[in-house]
Amino acid sequence: MKQFGGPAAFLNRSDINTDEIIPAKYLTEITKKALAPHLLEDLRLEGQEFDPHSQVMQEAQVVITRSNFGCGSSREHAVWALEVNDINVVIGESFARIFRQNMFNCGILAVELSAADLDKLFGLKGKVMVKVDLEGEKVIATSDDTTVECGFSLNAFDKKLIGAGGWLAFADSNY
Amino acid sequence: MGQTITEKIFAAHLRDTPTPGNMVLDIDVIMCHEITTPIAIMDLMEKGMDRVCDPKRIKAVIDHVTPAKDSKTATQAKIMRDWARRHNIEDFFDIGRNGVCHALFPEKGFIRPGNTVIMGDSHTCTHGAFGAFAAGVGTTDLEVGILKGVCAFRAPKSLKVEVTGTLPKGVGAKDIILNVIKQLTVNGGTDMVIEFCGPVIDAMNMASRMTLCNMAVEAGATSGVCQPDQVTAEYLWPFIKDEYASIEAATEDFSKWRSDADAVYERTLNIDVATLIPQVTYGYKPDCVKDVTEMEGTKVDQVYIGSCTNGRIEDLREAAAVVKGKTIAETVRGILVPATPKIYSMALEEGLIKIFMDSGFCIMNPTCGACLGMSSGVLAEGEVCASTTNRNFNGRMGKGGMVHLMSPASAAAAALTGTITDPRPFLN
Ligand code: SF4
Repeated sequence: MKQFGGPAAFLNRSDINTDEIIPAKYLTEITKKALAPHLLEDLRLEGQEFDPHSQVMQEAQVVITRSNFGCGSSREHAVWALEVNDINVVIGESFARIFRQNMFNCGILAVELSAADLDKLFGLKGKVMVKVDLEGEKVIATSDDTTVECGFSLNAFDKKLIGAGGWLAFADSNY
Repeated sequence: MGQTITEKIFAAHLRDTPTPGNMVLDIDVIMCHEITTPIAIMDLMEKGMDRVCDPKRIKAVIDHVTPAKDSKTATQAKIMRDWARRHNIEDFFDIGRNGVCHALFPEKGFIRPGNTVIMGDSHTCTHGAFGAFAAGVGTTDLEVGILKGVCAFRAPKSLKVEVTGTLPKGVGAKDIILNVIKQLTVNGGTDMVIEFCGPVIDAMNMASRMTLCNMAVEAGATSGVCQPDQVTAEYLWPFIKDEYASIEAATEDFSKWRSDADAVYERTLNIDVATLIPQVTYGYKPDCVKDVTEMEGTKVDQVYIGSCTNGRIEDLREAAAVVKGKTIAETVRGILVPATPKIYSMALEEGLIKIFMDSGFCIMNPTCGACLGMSSGVLAEGEVCASTTNRNFNGRMGKGGMVHLMSPASAAAAALTGTITDPRPFLN
């Protein structure tokens, strides 16, 4: 099975919507790759500037955020914009339904952690590396001097989609 | 134990239970537009799977940017058009016959009580107004829908919103739903279907029910739904008159989809509308909602009346009643977008278009346009729009622009004064 994890970037805000993840003006693209430079370009985080082209974002393979991530439009472009930037996991307290489904449909992970566990991740200093243990349903985050382990539970069907490599592959062999 | 309408629809469409609590449903209506479908078509073509499960179940429209504004949108439209022809999709709506999907498809009688409906569009929940289960999905779900006619959902949970009291003059469905979203917050409905019921809903026409259900997703809900009744049957009558002996017989048949009295809900929200006053959003989330009176005086540069939320003939009548015989403020750009050609032509016949034009409004052809900031009225940095649409996200109507969501009457009143204004005094 595919490995999930990598260097993490933090988006410390709730309710980040799909217009912020990829603005509507890029919905005219008909290839996923074309979305790559525009990920999160209109995002504003409370009290701090956000630079979508920072080194942390360039390196990130994991995004850690708060609650209701991916609300708003159904555009799967939001998931693709993450995907073509090599992000394979988003960790948050909760997700909007369509966004969460789109993630698993594409065979990539949306992991829900408790607010308390997320606080622990947000408390980590310096560069953070994340590993997701799918079988053990654990997120292991390491920074310079600390390791944090948090348990999560994955919906059984979503797990099947990850195993199948997405919904199209699953549906094609089952229906 | 009783069942909710959504549980009944799920049970009747169940194809598979791949894991406990996850249900794969047969889908009756698969709707497509040119923003999210072309990429699905391209992907299916690349994979050698360019097929459709059943051309009759597919309804397609070019509505978001139409006529095309540039080469890229022209290409999207072309991909859709070629695909629709290739697969003999008869219900395909192009220039001259096209309009905003969630206004056009109901008007064509495509949605029936008890149906399952998906579309690559979050406001697909609108069609729940007909007593259907209608959910917005992403492109992969849409691809599988097109190919296999199925879609997977978690077992449905329902949240009941019971609306009572007498609606005051100048207050309508948009004000109710904004108030509901304010109370539920933007994720209060996540993974649930919001069931609207109570005497106020029973007395509502289909246009108002669609406005309510349209914004269920703004509270995070999977969908919104209203119980099918005589109002539903009357609306659908031209399309079902060969199937039923009478409207009463249709109503009786539809009643099999109504929630049982002992159905179980995750939560119930009671709203008494007797004291509700027009609602307006502030900020960048649809749950940031205040009474219009708290927002009065906020300057607006543009007024936009249209969209799948409030671009129907009833909405145009409501706004026209406010602007009739008056001129909009010089500082305001008024834009009216009837949601479908039928609505446009009704508005012409009823003299509404003349009222709007005389007052200084610009009339656009049916399209999504500025609602999602793609064409026909995009805002400049720092500009403010009073809008009858459904999303006030930062940048939604153009980078750096601010959108205040409100009813057609409130938007019309804002056009007259150039500021957010209580519409009620204009209605006497
Ligand atoms: S009118 Fe706006 S919200 Fe409705 S379908 Fe079009 S873009 Fe989406």
